Amino acid sequence: MSGVSGFEKFLKIDRRWIFLAVGVAVVIPFFFPLGLLVDVTPPVQSLYDAVDVLPPSSQPLLLAIDYAPATLPELEPMALAILRHAFSRDVNVAVMTLHPAGYGLAERAGLQVAEEYDRVYGEDYVYLGFQPGTSAVILSLGVNIRNVFPEDAYGTPLSEFPIMDGIRNYDDIPLLITLAGWSAAEAWVYFAHEPFGQEVGAGVTAVMATDYYPYLNTGQLVGLLGGMRGAAEYEGLVGHPDKGVRGMDSQSIIHMLIIALIVVGNIAYFATRKSKKLAG
Amino acid sequence: MRRRLPLALCFIAGIFTAVQYFIPHAAVQDFQEQLLGWLMTLLAFAFLLGTVSLIRLHWHKIRNRADDRGYSFVALAGLTTMIGLGLFHPAHHSPDSPFNVMFQNVQVPIEATMFSLLAFYVASAAFRAFRARTLEATLLLVAACVVMLGRVPLGELIHEQIPIATRWILEVPNLASKRGVMIGVGLGMMATSLKIILGIERAWMGGTD
Repeated sequence: MSGVSGFEKFLKIDRRWIFLAVGVAVVIPFFFPLGLLVDVTPPVQSLYDAVDVLPPSSQPLLLAIDYAPATLPELEPMALAILRHAFSRDVNVAVMTLHPAGYGLAERAGLQVAEEYDRVYGEDYVYLGFQPGTSAVILSLGVNIRNVFPEDAYGTPLSEFPIMDGIRNYDDIPLLITLAGWSAAEAWVYFAHEPFGQEVGAGVTAVMATDYYPYLNTGQLVGLLGGMRGAAEYEGLVGHPDKGVRGMDSQSIIHMLIIALIVVGNIAYFATRKSKKLAG
Repeated sequence: MRRRLPLALCFIAGIFTAVQYFIPHAAVQDFQEQLLGWLMTLLAFAFLLGTVSLIRLHWHKIRNRADDRGYSFVALAGLTTMIGLGLFHPAHHSPDSPFNVMFQNVQVPIEATMFSLLAFYVASAAFRAFRARTLEATLLLVAACVVMLGRVPLGELIHEQIPIATRWILEVPNLASKRGVMIGVGLGMMATSLKIILGIERAWMGGTD
């Protein structure tokens, strides 16, 4: 009987104890890394392969940093890994964003990795900036990029950048990758892949990833990175482990903790229910 | 006239946008290009509307001395500071501009922290609400646990089949159900679009009919 009352007490535990357990589980791996290896899944390998076959110093990869600060911890590691992959192979990159809060985030990702690889602005990469009107922007890019971005993010006409010579629309963009914490990835599929045949890859948050499997299955997405796990896999392929790989240790322990809480919560619930039935 | 003109414009723009997809003639495509330009300009005004609405809301709270007006002061102070730094600072385009420094060091950590708090609430909610009360709930619970295990390296260390089971759940039952939902949503969107273009659905015009 005392065991059952213990279960009842346990079910009513102050949730701050759970918050404390989560906090400890997140923080500990940063001081004592587990160094867990992450296997590469087919959607991530496909996206990596699509970047890997892009010709060096040629038509640019278009990277759409369509995330806001809220989803930055999951999506920025993807942006850095993809930029490292492209720059390590001398692939040109044009960066843009469909999210107003993505303006500064796209800039910082581009600047950071360009500095790591000594890339020259305007020759190896360019930052186009932000334009409002998701679907209209995507459709207009298919007609003429200069209709949407006559200048780069800093007000210099695109005609002054060697990287943009002869680049008119999606016909001149071999691959587009969107990293989005909202429905931008769907918009790129609807308005860039379908009408113009643009090859699209995506990186989304873990909770969103399940929504994109139908697009992968139909080939409308060439590859998919899902959450921090996707970023960690891509970092492994690029050979530059960073925030994604480090975050997987914390994520592993948190997932185990949540599963343990579910199991223990159910045991306590059924034990309590059985004792109530017996009692009355 | 006040009702017929918007309805006629909606009908013409809706039909044209749908039909132009099938007409590759230069004149048609040029006009579509014009329409897209107008659309981007119109959508830019949404930001202005949003800003005005936010200012009015908080100004109203401050004027009426609402209990939580302190937050309104902070919101308006943040808004005016960032607008001021963005519009009037001479180096507003530079990555080292005060606007960007504020964005990177204030807004980014605040938003990322707020979103990260979800992990704490998910853990608490999973403990309190995720119960195997019925067969469906049990299936959901088992699938969730398998996917959670299969998405982290520890899952594979526990058993090599766990990541394979995770991929199967994502690529078979998940994909099938998502596809069904998406087809339903797509058909619903088509039906609603047609109702708006044909003037059957008029809620977008305001009023009651």
